[in-house]
Amino acid sequence: MSVVKLSNVDIAITRGGIKIVEKISFEIASGQILGLVGESGSGKTTVSMSLLGHTRKGAVIESGSITIDGHEIVDASDNELRSLRGGTIAYVPQDPGTALNPGLRISKQILESLEKHQPDVDHEVHMARVREILTEVALPSDEDFLKRYPHQLSGGQQQRVAIAIAFACRPKVIVCDEPTTGLDVTTQSKVLATIRALCREHGVAALYVSHDLAVVSELADNVAVMYAGRIVESGNRDEIFFNSIHPYTRRLIRALPDIAGKNQILGISGYAPMPWDRPTGCAFAPRCADAQSICSQSVPEITRISGTHNVNCHRHKDSTKIVATARVERDVVSSSTQALLGIDGLNGFYGSRQVLFDTNIHIQPGECVALVGESGSGKTTLSRCIGGLHDDYEGQISYFGNALGKHALERKKEERRDIQYIFQSPYASINPRRPIGATISRQLELFYGMKGSAAEARIKELLDLVSLPHAIVTSFPDQLSGGERQRVAIARALAAEPKLLVCDEITSALDVSVQASVIETLKNLQESTSVALLFVTHNLALTRSIANRVAVMRKGTIVEYGGLDEVFNSPKAEYTNRLLQHTPTLK
Amino acid sequence: MLFVFGRILAGIPIIIALTVLVFMATQALPGDAAVSYLANTATPERLAAIREQLNLDDPLWVQYFSWASDALRLDFGMTLTGETSVSAILGERIQNTLILMASSGIIAIPLSIVIGTYAAVRRGKIFDNVSSLVTLVLAALPEFVVAIFVVFLLATNVFQIFPAISFVEPGTLAWADPMSLVLPSLTLILAVTPYVSRIMRGSMIEVMESEYIQMARLKGLSERTVIMRHALPNAIAPTIQVIALQLAWLAGGVVVVEAVFAYPGIGTVMIDSVKARDLPIVQAITLMIAALYVILNILADIGTILSTPRLRTKYARKNDTSDVFAAMDGDQ
Repeated sequence: MSVVKLSNVDIAITRGGIKIVEKISFEIASGQILGLVGESGSGKTTVSMSLLGHTRKGAVIESGSITIDGHEIVDASDNELRSLRGGTIAYVPQDPGTALNPGLRISKQILESLEKHQPDVDHEVHMARVREILTEVALPSDEDFLKRYPHQLSGGQQQRVAIAIAFACRPKVIVCDEPTTGLDVTTQSKVLATIRALCREHGVAALYVSHDLAVVSELADNVAVMYAGRIVESGNRDEIFFNSIHPYTRRLIRALPDIAGKNQILGISGYAPMPWDRPTGCAFAPRCADAQSICSQSVPEITRISGTHNVNCHRHKDSTKIVATARVERDVVSSSTQALLGIDGLNGFYGSRQVLFDTNIHIQPGECVALVGESGSGKTTLSRCIGGLHDDYEGQISYFGNALGKHALERKKEERRDIQYIFQSPYASINPRRPIGATISRQLELFYGMKGSAAEARIKELLDLVSLPHAIVTSFPDQLSGGERQRVAIARALAAEPKLLVCDEITSALDVSVQASVIETLKNLQESTSVALLFVTHNLALTRSIANRVAVMRKGTIVEYGGLDEVFNSPKAEYTNRLLQHTPTLK
Repeated sequence: MLFVFGRILAGIPIIIALTVLVFMATQALPGDAAVSYLANTATPERLAAIREQLNLDDPLWVQYFSWASDALRLDFGMTLTGETSVSAILGERIQNTLILMASSGIIAIPLSIVIGTYAAVRRGKIFDNVSSLVTLVLAALPEFVVAIFVVFLLATNVFQIFPAISFVEPGTLAWADPMSLVLPSLTLILAVTPYVSRIMRGSMIEVMESEYIQMARLKGLSERTVIMRHALPNAIAPTIQVIALQLAWLAGGVVVVEAVFAYPGIGTVMIDSVKARDLPIVQAITLMIAALYVILNILADIGTILSTPRLRTKYARKNDTSDVFAAMDGDQ
């Protein structure tokens, strides 16, 4: 018996009637977890909130039916919704840092759900339940902890409090909206284990929304894949991950960084359309290698493959299997040549606080060194020291044997030209008031005095290198997608013809499919221009697709430094081992 | 509670700096205070007497120290008429002014919070639009115009309910005749409420859009609980600073309003003594209004800290356990 049942749900923007999601149907049984997967703009959050009868401002559930434990949600009165929310169906937010009230003690925030939904029960009984649920989510439950405010907890603890709030009233259904996005892998795997255990033990039906297929594969019993407002494929876990049919699902799985290291990641060109410019026909057709004329004419109907497996694709009978490409082993560049960049005995500080301890890294010309660490490990500070953006350090950074000035302003123009920095957020690092062409030509003029037609020709070359259309030169950043912007940032860096690119988490703001294609671009670049890369990331799996060597950082210290295979196959540090174990994978 | 003393201690150098500024802006200015006070009634003997009283023949720093050390003990000397001490004249007057400020503040602050909150909750509805318009108009009008309008409406031409002039028997305080308090208070309330309610509305709207409010609604809490427990406490904290500034403004704004109603507070004395160039009184009142600004701002800082758990916990235990949390971070 399904506790959650959606049939043909359409949610639209009130003004203009543009549909955000269309014909959403699925069911979840008690104790089952359904993973709802999609990239940004796919409508997955809209669907998840509709289970609680909530739509964002300006949107409305137009048609269809949503039943939760036998109660119809569409058209329910505010009072009916209030009695269901928090009691029968509960919500775990994406970012507990902003979803917990900063002004209330955590005990109160758990307690108030109980008080609302079980008003006849004594205060002592409620408090006992608060302690019990805190213990279940592996948090302390002593008086001191109960009195804490959210800001006195770590990110992982905050998320556990949010989970405790959700499970406090023993709900029948729980909706999780990417609850581990902001967490480190080790914390993430523990939080996931907690959610899994609570759902199993108490027979709770869960909807788990995520862009991360690997996480979903570790958690979900069934999976629905969303693209541009529709479910394109759904089935049980094995059907989706090992026998998928829809070209989008197949490509998405191939875009996933593979920590086992067997397969090369493969990007999907283009990006998911927003609700107001979705194409007619199959929304994926413009990005699909298998598309035929019918695909752009009519929306594919649902096709039943097995009792559980459904797919919406015109070409479900003969779409191309995406064969995994074997990953090419990359030789470690020999260390005998003089290092392009040498970091020796670097100690970094923020005022009186030391954040980097005796760091040593050498990068050879043309190689890619990945710097991996969880948030707060000091990896960004180190890359900022290299880029001349953080000068509060002792020790030496040398460039071909010559010591570099600490601050970028103390460095020679050639040194600044040869070391280029690409920032994490492509939304903040490109001047929004300049067309793309001007952003890139600024570098050409500054470093090479190049202007006019020579500059134009060079810009075209650069755009080709990063796979952007030439027409983009007249566009402004806000007309581009995140992936396109990050390519512009890469092209801008390349305009200087650098010897070293410092890439600081440059794919973390991007969708998985876009991340994969940016990685492909970087890899091709490295082969064609022999630029060296310092690739900074929190994602260990990703380094396997690009790096020659890997440095693992923890709390400001490099705990592991070696060739790719050495680090992955026989890690020396216990910490690396732990990261490898906790990184979610398709198994 | 250590931070409370810290804030108060930090106020002391500011008060001392204030005495320097007030002294410089009055007595130390070029021009002889004695000459400007006596004007054409000056005779050599009288000039000498005044100079003697104000120590005008001493070097400036000696003048300052003798004035400031007395002032900090609240002894502002004799008025230049030489009949009474400044403290005797101001004593009752200050109490009357504080009564007026208190009676306006006690009504204006809760009223603004209610108006601002309600407008934010009903954003875009009739109440919000009307209150926005009315508060904008009131904020744009100088308070003496508001005062005259209030007199027109409630004391003279339309209704004759309250006295247009606040006559308080010398030797008694303003409570003795509450009717005389109504119109001056009403004017000040109308002057302060618009600012505070608009800030409160903005602060409240920001909080209502936050994720923790959405989260509270998704817990199934009633809208009343969401607003009273989750939104209001978080919205008031940023408003406290504005409330303090407005209360301090009252101390200055009161001068004009008291003049319109002939209310026997420090405002009327201020105007009279400026006209008469009676320096000790002007100095005393200026210093008191300035000190009130400082005190209210210190109170606002303390209020902000107390109403914001993040700040409160930071100040409450200096040897915070944050290092412990950092070690626990990542649940390792």
